[in-house]
Amino acid sequence: MRTDDLVTMLATGAGTAQPNPAPRRYAIAVGWGALGAALLMATLLGPRPDLAAALLRPMLWVKLAFVAGLFTASLLAVLRLSRPGLPLVGLAPALGAPVLAIWLLALITLARADAAQRAVLFFGDTWNSCPFLVALLSVPAFIAVIWAMRGMAPTRLRLAGAAAGLFSATIGALLYSVHCPEQDAPFIAFWYLLGMLIPTAIGALLGPRLLRW
Amino acid sequence: MEETGRLNAGEHRFRHLLLRGLAGDAPAYHAFLQELSAHLRAFLRKRLAGLPDEVEDLVQESLLAVHNQRHTYDAGQPLTAWIHAIAKYKLIDMLRRRAKRELLNDPLDDEFDFAMAADTDAADARRDLGKLLAQLPDRQRLPIVHMKLEGLSVAETARRTGMSEAAVKVGVHRGLKALSALIRAD
Repeated sequence: MRTDDLVTMLATGAGTAQPNPAPRRYAIAVGWGALGAALLMATLLGPRPDLAAALLRPMLWVKLAFVAGLFTASLLAVLRLSRPGLPLVGLAPALGAPVLAIWLLALITLARADAAQRAVLFFGDTWNSCPFLVALLSVPAFIAVIWAMRGMAPTRLRLAGAAAGLFSATIGALLYSVHCPEQDAPFIAFWYLLGMLIPTAIGALLGPRLLRW
Repeated sequence: MEETGRLNAGEHRFRHLLLRGLAGDAPAYHAFLQELSAHLRAFLRKRLAGLPDEVEDLVQESLLAVHNQRHTYDAGQPLTAWIHAIAKYKLIDMLRRRAKRELLNDPLDDEFDFAMAADTDAADARRDLGKLLAQLPDRQRLPIVHMKLEGLSVAETARRTGMSEAAVKVGVHRGLKALSALIRAD
């Protein structure tokens, strides 16, 4: 087929293009991802018994704000990386801000605590399960977000995969915090972040394979 | 300054053609794709100086990619940035495929000479999209043949194939994506 014939073929009956489908696709992905994570949390873990009381204290909200900050920043990254040629400026500071804020809070908490208390603040009771459970609850969102991104046209597949992984991890972490009893900033700053970096790394690893078009 | 002014005017017109095309203006979209193929050819020829016989195949692959992904153009974004990102993506993808192939079968010197000789008629694609099109299943191939090659309407295509109008549209859309996937597997 000659190129001119291809041009004619593509132009014939092309109709109107669908308007930007990204918001709808990612909204669907967030919905299914959150539903899947909620089901996993409810069946495998259950909500923390003191949830109602925790909602009245500030630390749960600090945790939620940290995860919500990363959710917003990674959503921005996902949207930018879904379409060819969009600039990525501003993404690194947006992603770094919530992390720096929680680290600062963690350092202040550790500095003001007694030396004997510091290990408790850092390790909590659940350090050895938290990262894996965050990653586990991210699986439904990961599948849904990759599906959504496959309908778009990412050109930097490793970065796009990492952004998709982090975005789904924030959905997993939000639902995990309904179960998780940990309250202290040092714990959140390290173990939650580590848990969210697992799907991020998997996304970076699988991106070139899953997102190719 | 004058140079950038001219460039901007060109880009402005080019972008206008695409936006009208996306809104359903078929002649504008045809003009856009025609201008796009010349633009892509220049862009890729510069970057594929060592592989001149790959240029036209890649022009066609990129045209198909731009068409399939036309919903990802953001009207607020410079059009050339979008097009170059797609062309560069397809270029790197093609070079990776080549590298993998050459790892499997040692390239012969003869083959290299043949590549050089093809420089003069670089406007002919080596890969025949028509042949790849014939490999698609009927539910994708027939809508493309009737609608996009013979220029029939959705309704006429639906009548001839016995498919619903929705299935015809889906067939064209999925078929062109499948064609792009066949190129990648080629």
